[in-house]
Amino acid sequence: MARPPSPESAGEKENIAQTRPSGGGGTAMRLVVPLQGVVQGRGGLVLGSLLPCALFYVLQLYLKRKNRSSPAASVSELPAGIPRTPSRGLLSSKTSTGPAPISSRAASVAGPSDSPYYVGYKKCREDPYHPASNPNGVMQLGLAENQLSLDLLRDWLAENLKDLALDGEEGNLSISGLATYEPFDGLIELKMAVAGFMSHVMQGSVSFDPSRIILTAGATPAIETLSFCLADPGDAFLVPSPYYPGFDRDIKWRTGIDLIPAPCRSTENFSLNIATLERAYNQAKKRGIKVRAVLVSNPSNPVGNLLNRETLYDLLDFATAKNIHLILDEVYAGSIHGNEEFVSIAEVLQTQNFDRSRVHIIYGLSKDLSVPGFRVGVIYSFNEHVLSAASKFARFSSISAPTQHLLVSMLADSKFITRYVMQNKKRLQKMYALFVNALKQLGIDCVKSPGGFYCWADMSKFIRPYSEKGELELWDKLLNIAKINITPGSSCHCIEPGWFRCCFTTLSEDDIPVVIERMMIVINKHNDYH
Amino acid sequence: MELAVELRREPNSPLLSKMATSDGHGENSSYFDGWKAYDCDPFHPTSNPEGVIQLGLAENQLCLDPIQEWIKNNPKASICTEVGVSEFKNIANFQDYHGLRVFREAVAKFMRKVRGGRSDFHPDRIVMSGGATGAAEVIAFCLADPGEAFLVPTPYYPAFDRDLRWRTGIQVLPIQCKSSNHFKITRTALESAYEKAQKANVRVKAVMVANPSNPLGTILDRETLRMLVNFTNGKRIHLICDEIFAGTVFKDPQFVSVSEIVDEDPNCDRSLIHITYSLSKDLGLPGFRVGVVYSYNDTVVRCARRMSSFGLVSSQTQYLLASMLSDDEFTTKLIEEVRRRLSKRHELFTSRLAKVGIQCLESNAGLFCWMDLRRLLKEFTVEGELELWRVIINDVKLNVSPGSSFHCHEPGWFRVCFANMDDETMDVALGRIESFVLRTKEAAVQAKKKKWKQDGLRLSLPRRFEDMATMTSSLMSPHSPLVPATTSALVV
Repeated sequence: MARPPSPESAGEKENIAQTRPSGGGGTAMRLVVPLQGVVQGRGGLVLGSLLPCALFYVLQLYLKRKNRSSPAASVSELPAGIPRTPSRGLLSSKTSTGPAPISSRAASVAGPSDSPYYVGYKKCREDPYHPASNPNGVMQLGLAENQLSLDLLRDWLAENLKDLALDGEEGNLSISGLATYEPFDGLIELKMAVAGFMSHVMQGSVSFDPSRIILTAGATPAIETLSFCLADPGDAFLVPSPYYPGFDRDIKWRTGIDLIPAPCRSTENFSLNIATLERAYNQAKKRGIKVRAVLVSNPSNPVGNLLNRETLYDLLDFATAKNIHLILDEVYAGSIHGNEEFVSIAEVLQTQNFDRSRVHIIYGLSKDLSVPGFRVGVIYSFNEHVLSAASKFARFSSISAPTQHLLVSMLADSKFITRYVMQNKKRLQKMYALFVNALKQLGIDCVKSPGGFYCWADMSKFIRPYSEKGELELWDKLLNIAKINITPGSSCHCIEPGWFRCCFTTLSEDDIPVVIERMMIVINKHNDYH
Repeated sequence: MELAVELRREPNSPLLSKMATSDGHGENSSYFDGWKAYDCDPFHPTSNPEGVIQLGLAENQLCLDPIQEWIKNNPKASICTEVGVSEFKNIANFQDYHGLRVFREAVAKFMRKVRGGRSDFHPDRIVMSGGATGAAEVIAFCLADPGEAFLVPTPYYPAFDRDLRWRTGIQVLPIQCKSSNHFKITRTALESAYEKAQKANVRVKAVMVANPSNPLGTILDRETLRMLVNFTNGKRIHLICDEIFAGTVFKDPQFVSVSEIVDEDPNCDRSLIHITYSLSKDLGLPGFRVGVVYSYNDTVVRCARRMSSFGLVSSQTQYLLASMLSDDEFTTKLIEEVRRRLSKRHELFTSRLAKVGIQCLESNAGLFCWMDLRRLLKEFTVEGELELWRVIINDVKLNVSPGSSFHCHEPGWFRVCFANMDDETMDVALGRIESFVLRTKEAAVQAKKKKWKQDGLRLSLPRRFEDMATMTSSLMSPHSPLVPATTSALVV
């Protein structure tokens, strides 16, 4: 049972939600959306065309009068009688005594975030659970951070301090080695180290060329920078859904690029379906939207599935046929706890004769090396022009030099990295198994997925009504009563209600029974109430 | 059918965005050409004594040793030491875009100290960005939509054209300042620039000034600051002060930050005032990538903070700096030492230049001098300036930055940096300038004698000022790199 698939509605809803607080911006969106409908001819002659046009002229006249006092409003230049989608002048129109407007971009970015993904994060931040000091705090299962193997890194650091102290002593780094301007797209030594690490976590099945790497301060600027390179404002990327909620910010906020979801279904285990991509592409085309790329996460987030070789070939064929780019977000490539083998798109390109210039990979050290605070992201591209442009964009998001040097040392210790990757995998496997079993006790099943820091849990039987509303009600109760932050599927643009992403890498073994207990209270209460 | 048509187009190459293929990166400017010349033939006292000396990079390398000393004596500040490593887990895991509270508190404290304790800064208004570059871009994203404009007094830092405009789509329009009044920003010039924008139907959203100024090295006096606040408040537009060089004010008059104006005037509308800052100049730590956006406007703080995810400072660096910048004794000594060393350099530089008849604009801040080489121009035009500049790069082997790359309204001014080299290199650089000037004088005298003999006496009137104005106002950055590019950056 699915909600009627409407890839745009979620996006539009969110647009309106985001622009609501800005007053001017919100009003404009509420005008623009129905007017677009009018222009497309829906609604018949009177209702669809005459009435709205008349209302529009009235609005124009009103605004003309209002804007006469304020200079340089482009709306007042319009000769009366020419219907036009309200220009940006409306969005940022001001009175002469009100506060000077900020940009319309800022108005939507700064608005209160009603996305559950961010609301939950905030609640956790304000009242974080701690077994001893704050046992009634909010438990964080909504942030995909790996806290299971930090001790391994800390121990390595403790053993290798001597070489890393910045005291300028014999053989050690001095500040002048770090302080000065460095290449904005990262030290070549770190590019080499990261290329080696990427190869390592992918089981050595593919080698990465350091000269194809642009380093950025995290995967967040990596995906934004790559987006700036590949598409113009108003263009779009196709993204199989459910997808990582952060994409809505990272890609849409400043680039002006839209995301068009291609919904995956539980009947297919939420696996990528090329036919769905095809359908979404064609629908976009009909609406006059230019699709510039397909963005696929592999392992996927929030589900955790892996793409097999055939699907990767199909994706390459699809992108080639449409002459668009293919972006693979492989940030969890080294976080596979299941038995399936991870296949990178780079591996496929090594052996098959596809046009590489359209393929780009996003990577980072936040997930696989558990160092999100250090801010290390990677754009790996086979396209020289993209590398050239991205390297110039990199100046806006460069990695801090001391951190680059620390990581060069750490990644160079291949014995340690081998040990870390192996032990980390074991810990992921263990925690995943414990958590999934525990959820099973509550009657909650998860999609069997081999990758990532989370499970994709089916709580649809606990929600009433069977809709997004019901899902959000359950989410709200879990957050505010059970004080557990998990991510509802609607934040991830999942078209089937009732699915939740639960991260298990921020938990210790002792935390799991606490989670289950708390969940039980809410779920039982929820059932009784309904 | 459609499929076949698509395939028959340029095979296998989906296009890049307009932004990626445009010249918005600004690297065709003469400002960067000099750097490229330096990159190809960098000076080294022993291995390449005839190489190009880098006088075009405003980097502060004068205070690294006290910082080194501090790091050595404070192992707890680094997670890479025995005493510091216990914090590793917390730090490595911390990716919140609010930033470490202790870091923000330390930065607020340091900003206050640099301004002599005359203003207070609240840690919650401090937002991180990817260096000062990131700070300028974020503030542009926050305040203006594509097509709207910032007014910036000339001459200004060339990279503003890129940082403010490239990905944001806003425009940067000049406020013309003249050497006749030491390039001060006058109300007339402001009004004129604002009206010009109005006439062109371009909406101005902010005025952005660098204080201390790059490339002038001068500071804004209280009157001018008040005038700016007044003007922008009156027009209901924003005022952004880039105070990145605040800690490089090495002699009187005392630096006045816009924060002082905000604090002293209860009627001023704070929601229109914003400061961008960085540790790259005051502390000489550009490699750390620490940019700061400080806004008195809550919505801008919120927006900038969310956008900071695109340029967060590494938590390791935040932790180190939190410790360093809250060490009162150390920061007091450091600020004093930076000023002392800069003052000494500046004095040495300007006095030696004066000895060969080169004047610099009277300045008391920054890592550079604004040199007046108008006398040395063959032609009082932009072309004349660039010709002189090419001679300086190719023959004298010094990378200085021509005024035209800073959008300077008058040809003949050059920015020369003096804080990014040791004493010996500076000596060599000054020596080269001295010999060049003497050679040029000699050649000019010879040429004059020859001309006089040939042409007899003829009055030559100075060009009309308006002519100069029209010529320089249509200045485009020159497109000829002096040397073939070595980086693939120019391929695009």
